[in-house]
Amino acid sequence: MVRLIAFLVGLFFSGMLLLGLGDTIVSAIKEPAQPTAEHEFHKLALPEKFTFDGPFGKYDKGQLQRGLKVYSEVCSACHSLKLVAFRDFAALGYSEDEVKAIAKGWKTEVPSINPETGEPATRPAIPADKIPSPFANETAARAANNNALPPDLSLITKAREGGPAYVYSLLLGYREQVGYKNEEGKELLKEFPDAKTPEGLNFNPWFATLNLAMAEPIAADDQVTYDDGTKATKAQMAKDVSAFLAWSGEPKMENRKSAGWAALGFLLIFTVLTWMSYKSIWAGKKH
Amino acid sequence: MSFPWAQEYTPRGTVTKWVDERLPLPRLVYNAVGAGYPVPRNLNYFWNFGVLAGVALVIQIVTGIVLAMHYYASVDGAFNSVEHIMRDVNSGWFIRYAHMNGASFFFIVVYIHIFRGLFYGSYKAPREMIWLLGVVIFLLMMATGFMGYVLPWGQMSFWGAQVITGFFSAIPLVGEPLRQWLLGGFAPDQAALNRFFSLHYLLPFVIAGVIILHVWALHIPGSSNPTGVSVKGEQDTVPFHPYYTAKDGFGLGIFLIFFVTVTFFAPNMLGHPDNYIPANPLSTPAHIVPEWYYLPFYAILKAFTVDFGIPFTGITIIPAKLMGVLAMFGSILLLFFLPWLDTSPVRSGHYRPLFRKFFWYGLIPSIVVLTYCGAQQPLTQWVILSQIAGAYYFAHFLIILPIISRVERPLPLPNSITEAVTGKPLETAAA
Repeated sequence: MVRLIAFLVGLFFSGMLLLGLGDTIVSAIKEPAQPTAEHEFHKLALPEKFTFDGPFGKYDKGQLQRGLKVYSEVCSACHSLKLVAFRDFAALGYSEDEVKAIAKGWKTEVPSINPETGEPATRPAIPADKIPSPFANETAARAANNNALPPDLSLITKAREGGPAYVYSLLLGYREQVGYKNEEGKELLKEFPDAKTPEGLNFNPWFATLNLAMAEPIAADDQVTYDDGTKATKAQMAKDVSAFLAWSGEPKMENRKSAGWAALGFLLIFTVLTWMSYKSIWAGKKH
Repeated sequence: MSFPWAQEYTPRGTVTKWVDERLPLPRLVYNAVGAGYPVPRNLNYFWNFGVLAGVALVIQIVTGIVLAMHYYASVDGAFNSVEHIMRDVNSGWFIRYAHMNGASFFFIVVYIHIFRGLFYGSYKAPREMIWLLGVVIFLLMMATGFMGYVLPWGQMSFWGAQVITGFFSAIPLVGEPLRQWLLGGFAPDQAALNRFFSLHYLLPFVIAGVIILHVWALHIPGSSNPTGVSVKGEQDTVPFHPYYTAKDGFGLGIFLIFFVTVTFFAPNMLGHPDNYIPANPLSTPAHIVPEWYYLPFYAILKAFTVDFGIPFTGITIIPAKLMGVLAMFGSILLLFFLPWLDTSPVRSGHYRPLFRKFFWYGLIPSIVVLTYCGAQQPLTQWVILSQIAGAYYFAHFLIILPIISRVERPLPLPNSITEAVTGKPLETAAA
């Protein structure tokens, strides 16, 4: 009885799937799926290498400091960094006094209340504060950005396929749309005339939908002046800020990797010892 | 239970004697995983995975209890509390990554454990009850894993919860009210998050309870073995301790090396980037996928594309969506009937030439294909592949297995485990 019912149930499910298969094939032949502009022209992140790649990789503190400078002078005009506190900048190689100075000098102040009247007010940041956001709330952010919401950047490298290399590619990925061709030599607007970038958006083949609200943020060399004398080319700035955002997403990465090596070393000894005891206990016992 | 030659627990010290007379807990442990449990001598490394699954559960419970000390189940605070754990709690990043990847490794070892049972016929008499309890554990794990994935309240958490609870709305008449009752609202929100957290904390202990039953049921007939031949004499077995404690210790070392490598060097490899975006009920991700361990079932769900009805009348009896949901649950629930679908008296796939072909060239590829397709965009080629693989999956268990059990001519079985291992018959073989 069980096998009879099972047979019928199996026949039903398998049969319906095979019917569906026929249906899928017929409709695929009748109306083949049309390629989309996103599918044909979206580009994967460039294979850009960073110092923190791989199991031994470490952050380059100088690069993180330069990246912070790019963030604070360029990105922070629109993008918040809510999960990072000023005190965390000690990990970038700043002393306690330097951290205090960065917090105090941050161009957005921390929302507060006036202690006398209770009215809303602002005060200069201290190291314990999280980085103040450029806009008071989502409505304000949208109002200032043509109804687009600049995402918080704290976790951006972990929240996008490709990570820091994606951020780097996107920052350098703005192109003139008219005449744009992909590697196969196909011209976007000839293949997909409807894919023309709408008013108020910007063309960038590294963005999932090919058009994004953010205008090219790093538009020219020497947009910031680095304190360490590094030449601020566009690529340099894009790379430094991508590294900085990788750090802001994963500040404990170096602890993680070094703890990983210690754990692996321990486990290697553990495994060799258990293997030896396994061999000696089973010695002479065929199995 | 157990075999007549099992060693007996004999406490020597005054304290152990005193305890044994009042609460024979050490005796219980001795008989369960000590020298008092005779185990076939020929178990291969696939028999390590039961113990590994137990270790994985302990890792999940220990790390989970610590996470719960710092986690805040609130739609406004959950995401940030997880990031607080990652950034500010001492070694919080380790606890969280271990828990996150521990779930994946729990499923990896449990899947290997299940496939071992499938290949070696461990579900057959007299071990049906062990198998049934195992399927219960698997279902509980799936529920627990799903609710755990919702807790960080990222985009995939929220939309995964939306999709999974949406299954219930496919049920006719009561579906939508049922879904709302389960969620405590019209969409996943504070009420849902709170109850998921509560259940996510509860269910692992239920799993631990069912594991006790699973192991209890195992100790009635004793462990199966790669030949599938029952134990016939003392020479066929070795005491669990020290023989298998040593072998399991070595297996544990290997398992932890894999686990540690992923946890410390590629902790986000098995996750989805979208779950690092806070949940936003107003913005649907481009592509909603569950965690990898649900992918074969998710592919089955999506593979049903035609309604079941009376031809040429336009009357639909079962819409495609409901059928997908039924098939998805059915694909797991059918495992409950496996002991009665596969009627071959031979347990081990080694001695079943036909079964072995269908297992390696049918079942395993179909599940691999379903897993792969489950992660893909709903493009024609992936739908076609999952329809073929899904059709095979159901046919394998419900149609093919009962038939091959009847028509197959199994290879000759060894007379005993000892004979299979040493080449000498049981009576005269040296230990």
